[in-house]
Amino acid sequence: MTTIYILWLRQIKRYFRSKSRIVGSLGQPLLFLVALGFGFGPIYQKAGEGNYLDFLAPGVIAMSVLFTAIFFGVELIWDKQFGFLKETLVAPVSRFNIMLGRTLGGSTVATIQGVIVFLLTLLIGFRPNSWAMVLLAVVVMFLIATIFTALGTAIATILNDMHGFQLIMSFLVMPLFFLSGAIFPLQGIPRALEIIARIDPLTYGVDALRATLIGQSFFNFGLDLTILLGLGVLILAVGSLFFSRMEVK
Amino acid sequence: MPIIEVKNLTKKFKDFVAVDDISFSIEKGEVFAFLGPNGAGKTTTIKMLTTLLKPTSGDIYFDGKNIEEYNKETRAGIGIVFQDPSLDDELTAYENMYFHAVLYGVTKIGRKDKITELLKFVDLWDRRDDLVKTFSGGMKRRLEIARGFLHEPKVLFLDEPTLGLDPQTRNVIWERVKKINKDKQMTVFLTTHYMVEAEQMADKIAIIDHGKIIAMGTVDELKKQTQTTSVEEAFLKLTGKQIRADEASSVDQMRNRRKMFTRR
Repeated sequence: MTTIYILWLRQIKRYFRSKSRIVGSLGQPLLFLVALGFGFGPIYQKAGEGNYLDFLAPGVIAMSVLFTAIFFGVELIWDKQFGFLKETLVAPVSRFNIMLGRTLGGSTVATIQGVIVFLLTLLIGFRPNSWAMVLLAVVVMFLIATIFTALGTAIATILNDMHGFQLIMSFLVMPLFFLSGAIFPLQGIPRALEIIARIDPLTYGVDALRATLIGQSFFNFGLDLTILLGLGVLILAVGSLFFSRMEVK
Repeated sequence: MPIIEVKNLTKKFKDFVAVDDISFSIEKGEVFAFLGPNGAGKTTTIKMLTTLLKPTSGDIYFDGKNIEEYNKETRAGIGIVFQDPSLDDELTAYENMYFHAVLYGVTKIGRKDKITELLKFVDLWDRRDDLVKTFSGGMKRRLEIARGFLHEPKVLFLDEPTLGLDPQTRNVIWERVKKINKDKQMTVFLTTHYMVEAEQMADKIAIIDHGKIIAMGTVDELKKQTQTTSVEEAFLKLTGKQIRADEASSVDQMRNRRKMFTRR
């Protein structure tokens, strides 16, 4: 327990110490909200779909959670490079606990980031359907965060330097985001795109966030939650398997 | 029963044989110096002994138990000061010590006193609340050594611990190692490029080159064997005077890059 706690605490401390990173990471969601939200708003309204900003806000929150989570997972590579990983791996504690502590730390941070972006959307004019449901939305953010921190960590166990990071961004993170229905409705899209969206785990995260924040969902909230939970457990299991097999050169 | 017993240990990285069929044993309470030129296989051996790398073949026994089966028990019994940095730059000196103490199960009672005492010992107490990234190389080194002393392991591995430290600091640190070795019967496994240190400290010396142990024995035995008067001479006689190519690993390259970008 103390291992999990101390590694969780480390991630939290690192997050709050990098103030410039926190501020920097708010630029992108803000840009998406303003440019897309206000840019496409009128067209969306004309198409009879209602308020685009309301539709977009949960998607952008999901995006921030995704990016932060993957980043904190992949950060394991830095620990590998700059040595701190060795320090934890020779400690007399189980690797599963190390992996769990790190991952929970990362997902807590990504959830905080999600909440900050939620506050940002309020500033721009977004209003949730029901304030009580916001708490549930935070739970969803945490689930999304855990899935992608664990995924980032699993990937980082097999990479040895940051060269691969750009690859992860272009071929994993960006597609995960853009194909998840975060910025467009899934109704009536081409069949092929819909199939891809249904494979993308973030789709269910975005859908669950919409269910809690604006009371609309493409699937249903129960299904979203089941898939997110199942996937979370699966990826944590795979991640810790990878983690336990990792060698330090 | 020896505290560490190594039998026919081999480690290959693809075609390169880093450690080639070495065997040795270390008795409890012994100071064992593992010497060799750059790239000889010292650090790879230490990584296998500390469960960070899996051997390609061969067996390691810690306190009579195979470390592959009992890796957690092994880790509970060892401490290590790594050759390359292993601190968290974004944490303070105190936090680095504290996290280590928790991870290594140093009991809550006395944890604070121990950390205080060690930070004072390496002269970093005044800087305890500063982030490690603001420290100089020597300060980081001292902090790592202090951290290594935090829990009292059965075997302490010191991989070139005094690299980059001034003679005063080196002296103080070796005195302490000697003292714990004597008082607590702690076994010490050390590597160093300072032959004088090895000569003063070690009960037993093994010299490794190209992954093979080429000589082993007490200081006197080594001198006799090579008909020399110091460990340094014996070392040079055994390993030759040629300078070894030590290729920069991707890790080193990355460190250099980072140094370029983060000037302080």
